[in-house]
Amino acid sequence: MKPSPLRIHRPKTVEDTLELLAAHASDGKIIAGGQSLVPVLNMRLASPKNLIDITAVEGLDGLTATETEITVGALVSHRRLERDPGAACANPVLGEALGHVAHPAIRNRGTTVGSIAHADPNGEMPMILALTGGRVKVRSLTGTRTLTADELNVGPLETSLEPEELITEASFPSLQPGQRAGFDELARRSGDYGLAGVGLIMSTDNTDFASTSDRADYVDNVDPASSGAAGTAATITGLKAGFVSVTDTPDIIELDDVVAGTPVDRVDTIVDAVASAIKDFIDPEGDIHASADYRRHLTGVLAGRLLKRLSRPKNARGVSVLSGGQ
Amino acid sequence: MTQMSAAEAAAEPRSTIRLSVNGKDHVLDVPDRKLLSDVLRQDLELTGTHVGCEHGVCGACTVQLDGDPIRSCLIFAASAQSHEVTTVEGIGDDPENPADVQQAFIDSHGLQCGFCTPGFITTIDAFVNENPHPSEEEAREAISGNLCRCTGYQNIVKAVQRTAELRGGCGQDCCGKDAPEVSQ
Repeated sequence: MKPSPLRIHRPKTVEDTLELLAAHASDGKIIAGGQSLVPVLNMRLASPKNLIDITAVEGLDGLTATETEITVGALVSHRRLERDPGAACANPVLGEALGHVAHPAIRNRGTTVGSIAHADPNGEMPMILALTGGRVKVRSLTGTRTLTADELNVGPLETSLEPEELITEASFPSLQPGQRAGFDELARRSGDYGLAGVGLIMSTDNTDFASTSDRADYVDNVDPASSGAAGTAATITGLKAGFVSVTDTPDIIELDDVVAGTPVDRVDTIVDAVASAIKDFIDPEGDIHASADYRRHLTGVLAGRLLKRLSRPKNARGVSVLSGGQ
Repeated sequence: MTQMSAAEAAAEPRSTIRLSVNGKDHVLDVPDRKLLSDVLRQDLELTGTHVGCEHGVCGACTVQLDGDPIRSCLIFAASAQSHEVTTVEGIGDDPENPADVQQAFIDSHGLQCGFCTPGFITTIDAFVNENPHPSEEEAREAISGNLCRCTGYQNIVKAVQRTAELRGGCGQDCCGKDAPEVSQ
């Protein structure tokens, strides 16, 4: 057997879970999907004496999406969230990022909240929480608190959670009319950790350009026949960017100063400035797979491509009437 | 497994677990730290599930949990209770009467040494249930979490589409939904 000896507890209620956590605060660990934790245990990089398996706990599998926010319980798998039509409509950046989380078999078991609690700077979902301005709800025997991504993330693989605390749910604000969001990442092999990844939320002054009901159309499976080029005139008012694998924690940069006032059909004029600001902001480390310089360059390229994609008329991904293709 | 001292063995937390595998219920006394992959192979002697990297990268140990492919090396057997586990033996265990996915691998010459094959079989079986008309690109994406060091994948991609054919889909980009663009 690969992990060191441990005891698995399988509570049925949140209250029992919190009791167990308090009792084993010094040598216990929560396990949900375990897709990050079990490899760590198999390689004996960690050897907790107690694992509190929350997969049988009732009331942690809720998933709701409204015009305000998407709420994801601690037991909702990446795959379920990725496929949820309500979540895709409310904020498509979640689904786009989830498509880059490892492989389908890992997404079937791994949970989005678990990934956030793991706080790996190579993970997509901690960054998405930060980018969207999301929050986590944290419970312990002594009470409940709500943390922003900034309050939660302390460093790589390190959060401000106390040993006896459990994240019961995460909530991600929905896009508002006029906003568009997207995610892109480059990995050496499908499903690997990204060499670099970028998420963007772009705000415009035109609610037709990016209205809620059309979001799924321009993000997935574009059907060019379904709509004309309505709402193509829009001015960019703001831009937020978040990163995977090139910052220590999911730090977000606001680029409103760089982009504000630019019409979407003139996005080419700001791409270099946006990429440059991002390259100054990030702090990639080099390793055997890619140098720091390469990751920095790549992040700028990915951000530029994504910004251009988000600036295209809706229902016209890949066939932009403005730039003739790319 | 390395030998433990008697004291270590006595201190090893164990539990009685109930596992449902390939439609059969089992009651087993196993160490808590035992992974599903090891319980399948060692306790239930279902050695069709192969163990490669044991940290979720290679896909050889893929089984289905309630019909969805998962890595059996990344879940403790205790955590698989109250789910239905399907291994490659549950998909097809008769050389004279292979399951459609297995027949598709034979038809497409989709295996050589066979080590990775059980993980592909369990993955593709679930995928074609979900997507009866996979395009070549979708087939590639579906198997992207499984490593094969012999075939070069081309014939495994064909086996995905052959499985779809055998199930009554078409599997060859011919069904409209995934029809390739044809210049008129």
